[in-house]
Amino acid sequence: MKPVAGRLLLLSVTIVVSLVLFLPSTPLFSSMPEWWKRNLPNKGITLGLDLQGGIHLVLEVEAERAIEIALDRMAGNMTELFAEKKVPVESVKRTSLTEITINLSAPGAKEAVFSVTDDQFPTLSGRPSGDRVLVYAMKSDEAERIKKAAVSQALETVRNRIDQFGVAEPLIQQQGLRQIVVQLPGVKDPGRAKALIKNTALLEFKMLDEEHKVARALPSRVPAGKEEEVLKEFGPQIPPEDEILFERHVEKDTGRVTKTPYLVKKRAALTGDVLTDARVAIGEFQNAYVSINFDSTGAKLFERITAENVKKRMAIILDNTVYSAPVIQERIGGGRAQITGSFSTEEANDLAIVLRAGALPAPVKIIQDLTVGPSLGRDSIEKGIRSTLFAGVVVICFMVIYYRRSGLIADFALMLNLILLVGLLAGFNATLTLPGIAGIILTIGMGVDSNVLMFERIREELRTGKPVRPAVDAGYDKAFLTILDSHVTTLITGFALFLFGTGPIKGFAVTLCLGIAINLFTALIGTKVIFDLLNRRGQMDRLSI
Amino acid sequence: MLEILGKTSIDFMGWRRYSFALSGVLMLLGLIALLQIGRGAANLGIDFAGGTAVQLKFEKPVSIEKAREALLKSGLKEVEIQDFTADNKLLVRVKATTTIEEKVAEKVLDVFKKDFADDPFVVDATTEIGPTIGQKLQKDALIAISISMLGIILYVAARFEFRFGIAAAIATFHDVLAVLGIFYVLDKEITLLIVTALLTLAGYSLTDTVVVFDRIRENLKMRHRDPLETTINNAVNQVLSRTVVVSLTVILVLIPLTLAGGEVLHDFSLALLLGVIIGTYSSVFVASPLLILWKGTPGKLLRR
Repeated sequence: MKPVAGRLLLLSVTIVVSLVLFLPSTPLFSSMPEWWKRNLPNKGITLGLDLQGGIHLVLEVEAERAIEIALDRMAGNMTELFAEKKVPVESVKRTSLTEITINLSAPGAKEAVFSVTDDQFPTLSGRPSGDRVLVYAMKSDEAERIKKAAVSQALETVRNRIDQFGVAEPLIQQQGLRQIVVQLPGVKDPGRAKALIKNTALLEFKMLDEEHKVARALPSRVPAGKEEEVLKEFGPQIPPEDEILFERHVEKDTGRVTKTPYLVKKRAALTGDVLTDARVAIGEFQNAYVSINFDSTGAKLFERITAENVKKRMAIILDNTVYSAPVIQERIGGGRAQITGSFSTEEANDLAIVLRAGALPAPVKIIQDLTVGPSLGRDSIEKGIRSTLFAGVVVICFMVIYYRRSGLIADFALMLNLILLVGLLAGFNATLTLPGIAGIILTIGMGVDSNVLMFERIREELRTGKPVRPAVDAGYDKAFLTILDSHVTTLITGFALFLFGTGPIKGFAVTLCLGIAINLFTALIGTKVIFDLLNRRGQMDRLSI
Repeated sequence: MLEILGKTSIDFMGWRRYSFALSGVLMLLGLIALLQIGRGAANLGIDFAGGTAVQLKFEKPVSIEKAREALLKSGLKEVEIQDFTADNKLLVRVKATTTIEEKVAEKVLDVFKKDFADDPFVVDATTEIGPTIGQKLQKDALIAISISMLGIILYVAARFEFRFGIAAAIATFHDVLAVLGIFYVLDKEITLLIVTALLTLAGYSLTDTVVVFDRIRENLKMRHRDPLETTINNAVNQVLSRTVVVSLTVILVLIPLTLAGGEVLHDFSLALLLGVIIGTYSSVFVASPLLILWKGTPGKLLRR
């Protein structure tokens, strides 16, 4: 017989370590002394979003749009440069997702155009397409770079916004090439958080086109939902350099939403990338507004624009929605401006956050959204725990009734399993989800199974008339192979799930694999030690099994 | 010594004609379900099919017909509503076939805010999933299942004989198919959680089968002069009390989970419950008789 003391020590150490690891996951931890909190493990099991409520989002960055935006900006710059250098060019336009087309006034202007573009736009490659037409495409390595940069910048921006929104322990990470996973546990207002993440937050200042006949013909208010009709009616008459954008009004008393259409210049006079700060302030009529500060370039530009356009109207636009369209009363120096509009303090606050955190380089699309309200989370965890506990008690009683005192040993093994498993999960700072709980239940089931296998074998050996100790030893030996085989096959399944499963299935696989390993340990060392201990203290001639 | 079953000597193998017939029906059901899933005609959860689900908790009971009427009136198509009357909860699912319609969840909420203004509610959960994600999940689940099947066949073949591996894999597959088929007939939604349950029961049923096989192997080594049918019958009878005790305990665990585990755990536990019953049945009535059906050449177990 192998010595018992060594195994007993091993068992006690693993139990103590597991308890210490699991302690931070219990409310008890807060009352532990300071030195304990500092020096011993202080991070426990985190509850998954399905248990504590929260948002799980997968965003896809529309990186192609970042290229379009870059090309649009380049086309704008080209137009200015050609005008400056007096190159005879009729038009510069982005004609497809990846191309800019330049129409020349005279065939001979090609050389002049090339000399400008080769110098100023080295990332584009141009080729003639017919007599007076040049087509420029972005070089492929540059396009790749822009796409990659768009994703990493989007990641950064989303992280900034969430940091400022204030969520405890958010998870924000890139997944694959284009996707960003955002997990916000315990968020109370999911809609607001989602809007905050999703808004591109592209702030633009555009001049209104008040001269054109369309501007005068536009209705002053339309009910929300009728925007399409306005666009259909006036669309064909809009000059190519203009567009129609809407301002949103909410009537305080009725909550009715109306929209005001504006005819604005497509080209932005100024964009939000020159902002240094944005904060909420409360105006004289208790209305919230956002006050913004420009950097030095922005301040100069803003001063120049306002000086040139006194008595004209300028629209302040966020993500293609007009917030306000004030008349410029005088030249505005000092690099400050205000965004007013019909919004609540909360909305103003969120607006300030997105402006401070910066615009997204390209729009993002939510492709997966799992939101669990805090009440459902609490419900599931309460019901889950209550029924698991109840089931546990039933099993414990059953084992004792069926196997008598040996049943107590089996119950000890089950408790040991559970303690080691939660300890190990806490040690890995694992996240516990509903499928994870399923994994734990399966582990308990397998723990019962191992014990039943051994006990039935021991019973068989006893029936053949063997004395207690040899019967126990033979029972263990014979059951060992069966237990090993059944555990290894389940482990194979668990492993395949871990490698190829996603999300919740992975969580299930982790608890399952850990549980199986622990189960083997308790079945082969844990309970055997107890039997050996009992046998050592005086020879047993009867075994209660 | 308390015993549910004493020493038994039941002729399980003699019943194989009936058990194969029953299993054939169950597997056929499962195959039909699988086919329907492939065609997209089954009740796939939106985590696989893509779409939007909103779960609402009302203060007062809500009539499911009125809710459906209001939603249809608002122009939402393919709406499915399920109610949990005990908690005044409604689960509204809108399946998207093309793109993720960002506003669907909001639209549903608006409908209830307007048409059920006198019955305030809180949003328990919303889920919106784009179709590409669903397809990826489906593919991942299939790969995981195939890999684990292959691993099991290889391991069991190495530890026993090749035909044992195949028999174990067939029995396991049989159980998964049977539960899938029953869920299809009950029109239960196949979600990611249900797939997890199917995998769990695959693990359970496999353990069960391996335990029986283990005893068959042991008996084959000890007394290989007996006819195969007797050896297998003896082995099954010897492990029968273990099989029954374990299955009973697991069923004891699952019944409270099914009845009181809350709406999230209910279907999950139900799948497991069915799986345990079928898994126990299959290790006795499917896996073992398969060994008689496919006697094979005396492999390494009999050569000694």
